[in-house]
Amino acid sequence: MASSAIVVDRVSLCFAEKVLFKDLSFTVEQGSCTCLLGPSGCGKSTLLKLISGATFSQQFVSHYSGTVWCSGGDAKGGKTAWMAQEDLLLPWMDVLNNVLLGAKLRGRVTADLRKKAALLINQAGLGDSLHELPATLSGGMRQRVALLRTLMEDRQILLMDEPFSALDALTRIRLQDLSARLTRGATVLLVTHDPMEALRMANHIIVLQGDPARVATSIPLQGDPPRAADDREIVERYPMLLELLMSGVEE
Amino acid sequence: MRAVRLFVIGAGLALLWQLIVVITGAPAYILPGPLPVARAIVSHLPQLLYHLQTTFSEILLGLILGTLLGVSSALAMTIMPRLKQWMLPVLVMSQAIPVFALAPVLVLWLGYGMASKVGMTVLIIFFPVCSSFYYGMQRINPDLLELARIMNGSRLATLRHIIIPSALPSFAAGVRVAAAVAPIGAVVGEWVGSSSGLGFYMLHANGRMQIDLMFAALTVLSIASLMLYFFIDYSLNRLVFWENSKEVRHAVQP
Repeated sequence: MASSAIVVDRVSLCFAEKVLFKDLSFTVEQGSCTCLLGPSGCGKSTLLKLISGATFSQQFVSHYSGTVWCSGGDAKGGKTAWMAQEDLLLPWMDVLNNVLLGAKLRGRVTADLRKKAALLINQAGLGDSLHELPATLSGGMRQRVALLRTLMEDRQILLMDEPFSALDALTRIRLQDLSARLTRGATVLLVTHDPMEALRMANHIIVLQGDPARVATSIPLQGDPPRAADDREIVERYPMLLELLMSGVEE
Repeated sequence: MRAVRLFVIGAGLALLWQLIVVITGAPAYILPGPLPVARAIVSHLPQLLYHLQTTFSEILLGLILGTLLGVSSALAMTIMPRLKQWMLPVLVMSQAIPVFALAPVLVLWLGYGMASKVGMTVLIIFFPVCSSFYYGMQRINPDLLELARIMNGSRLATLRHIIIPSALPSFAAGVRVAAAVAPIGAVVGEWVGSSSGLGFYMLHANGRMQIDLMFAALTVLSIASLMLYFFIDYSLNRLVFWENSKEVRHAVQP
């Protein structure tokens, strides 16, 4: 049994009148991909921000309790890397510099880092676009650059917030494969509302449901991601997961 | 193509001007036609250029100083949000007071020389530059700041690599407005009191009923202002190279 990389312990969070979480607890194992699966608007993104060490303005938060722990101490900036649904590429920087953004912001761009970034970009099949501006890239390519920027951070924990949901189906599958290949061995917490994505990408699925959100079920999966469409885990579990998600949706 | 278009517009305006002269039958001491004015420009070119030099220096200096002041104020308010509560009322006040009413005071304080005209120009362009840059920085995508935070970016680097560049398109819009209105400041300053400059020359010509010369000065001023505007527009487009105006045009056109 691997040790925990993220522990969310009895977290309660209220924005004004709205109770987002009440005594929410779960753990994420080191070196595996855990998917948080749940309907839109259940607070998944907020949860990622909490884990990334965001502090919410007192103005909006009426109650916060519980602890969020990331391996190597309490949750603060510097342990996690974050990838959002929007690629957040800077339009005035070329692909290479966008990938190097973290190093730039920390004021530590070295020749080695440049070489590493260029290598990663090549591996991701973007070698020809090294010095292109983001505006010239397709949506899939842009999101690939965002993925590389996240990987360049070299953090123990990767937080991914529906990173593929804005892409078309084929591009999404390709990017899922690339992502699974490149993040192997890292601790990944992937938020998604797509049960198929969760089944393809995860070692472990945590289903969030209800209002306030609670852990409905926690499913460990066999085999290594990314799983093929005919993988037994997908074939057997997809109907069950879909039914579970549908049962939580109130008309 | 652009040069041709400019020529056509210029010729069209001159034609319209001539048409108005013909239709209204205005005497030359009220509205001289484009030809007498062109003749006046040619015959008085050295004087016109001499006075243009003064006015253009005032405009340019005012633009540079006003932009620097606007940029540093916007940066100060961004870095120290508390400062904003104190500075914003002053900013608005600087616009609420009619600058023209201040012109005599500025001349009184700063003298008949260049300083009072530069001061006028700075007063006029400070607000558009400062507010466009400041609100450009305020409108940044909060997720970008979140990204910088998670990346452990320093405040200065975040400002330099993310916040300032993202405000540049808005800043450029402000500077374009500034470039268009900057000549007003210089000329109004010259009207109130000066010994050289196109504004001074116009008053002088007006007093001696040399209306064609007055229009000549006006034309030279317009051409110089236009050239300044185009130069600044070109430079700003280079500065915000990623803002492709073509995309907007494609989106709007069917």
